[in-house]
Amino acid sequence: MRLSERGALRAGLADQVQGHRNPLAALGRFVYKVLVIAELDARKLRHDPTELFMRAVQPTLWLLVFGQVFTRVRAIPTGDIRYLDFMAPGILAQSVLFISIFYGISVIWERDLGILHKFLVSPTPRTALVLGKALSAGVRGLVQGLFIYLLALILGVRVNWHPLALAGVLLTVMLGAAIFSTFSLIIACLVKTRERFMGIGQVLTMPLFFASNAIYPIAIMPGWLQVISRVNPLSYQVDALRALMLAGGVSGFGLGMDFLVLFAVVAALVGIGARLYPTIVT
Amino acid sequence: MAIIETQSLTRRFGTLTAVDALNLSIEPGEMFGLLGPNGAGKTTTIKMLTTLLLPTSGRARVAGYDIIRQPADVRRAIGYVPQMVSADGTLTGYENLLIFARLYDIPRAEQKKRVRAALDFVGLGDSADKLVRAYSGGMIRRLEIAQSLLHHPKVLFLDEPTVGLDPNARRAIWGHLEELRREFGTTILLTTHLMEEADRLCDRVAIMHLGRVVAIGTPAELKASIGGNGATLDDVFVHYTGNTLDSGGTYRETIRERRTARRLG
Repeated sequence: MRLSERGALRAGLADQVQGHRNPLAALGRFVYKVLVIAELDARKLRHDPTELFMRAVQPTLWLLVFGQVFTRVRAIPTGDIRYLDFMAPGILAQSVLFISIFYGISVIWERDLGILHKFLVSPTPRTALVLGKALSAGVRGLVQGLFIYLLALILGVRVNWHPLALAGVLLTVMLGAAIFSTFSLIIACLVKTRERFMGIGQVLTMPLFFASNAIYPIAIMPGWLQVISRVNPLSYQVDALRALMLAGGVSGFGLGMDFLVLFAVVAALVGIGARLYPTIVT
Repeated sequence: MAIIETQSLTRRFGTLTAVDALNLSIEPGEMFGLLGPNGAGKTTTIKMLTTLLLPTSGRARVAGYDIIRQPADVRRAIGYVPQMVSADGTLTGYENLLIFARLYDIPRAEQKKRVRAALDFVGLGDSADKLVRAYSGGMIRRLEIAQSLLHHPKVLFLDEPTVGLDPNARRAIWGHLEELRREFGTTILLTTHLMEEADRLCDRVAIMHLGRVVAIGTPAELKASIGGNGATLDDVFVHYTGNTLDSGGTYRETIRERRTARRLG
């Protein structure tokens, strides 16, 4: 197209922009932009998927080494189910947590580069930017999920293959990734530098993981830790995964409660994140 | 009517006043240069005008919209090329632009055409499908300019667009900016340290120092204002800002700037 032809296009764009008051169209555009932000991340992964494989190493070690050994020891009371089966959903939740909790570092990296400035200057709602990030963390989480299902298959974990159960796992993984990536983004907006973020990220990850029902039941914890693990969203994610992923799995809190908590936490964190996001460039 | 207008625009960071009661009025189609030593408040000014940073006090309108009350409208009307490298190295040039074509509500049927046209405009048509990581510094800047033009902004903000570029790449950027103004009448506000750049490109320049405008006018007027025959803009700059020896921004700014220069160079 010649430069001189572009004037006509500009008139067309002006008409189209006029439409931005219609609420339904606005919602459509909002969802579209969330998807565009996630598309950006998916394109990056397509160019260089090595990270996905690197990320699969840690959960593999947990299941193969820790899981195998503790299954033999029988130190942890897990009722009728084998320990390895008990911990498989916990390790899925853990790998989603680990992938998401360092999402903030990429935000700081983009800020340092100047990429973030361009997104914030574009007419993209802040909430769409934050939700788009959450969605892309979810996509990465799903890839982890694939690896873990594959391992579970190899290790003989009794997996529930019912399509509804699989859909439930998918939703739970997306919600968990959204929670911890947005949490991470909020931390990034508050601490602003990579060094501080790395320090805080390390400090947060371990308590989140160990003060949850990921690798042992809440019932065997001391009272104070039980309290913490009951307010830890990871516990609800693990609980839902345990009920949905395993054949004959049961939920401790009730699936309704799990999803209520997960959705509420996502909504609250995305709200806070969208408010804080613009402050990261100041 | 002015397309960029600020009234007592002020931004403080703690006790530091980065921009102090700035009054600027820029006409449509003008190419306007903000000059000044590091830490003079140029970048802070641009950040406020592009809605990245809220002013502490004062007001500003860009393309007819209030930057505080109508930020979404301002964003739709402007393009912005930050000082730092803002293209994503892990994507191709084409992908970098496509994502932004989508974020700027360009109709789906038109997105690809628009991206191609923008790439052709800056002469990157042949490198569209290479990863930006493999681009030269000049190509990255050209890509960033193409990215900022996708939605045909009325006002374009460029923060040190040629920092770290060699003379050839610099001249190419200048050529694009001049063509942009000729073809579309785009109003351009840029900051620069290069007096040659300001002299060649800008209709008017403002020299900022410690958050205030200390001189404003056409390059010729400013040269005349310090009296000397054959005075250059360099002389003007030193005349108006030369009273401090410790100019040059903070440690963090210096690191950032050198890193940008290295990445582009």
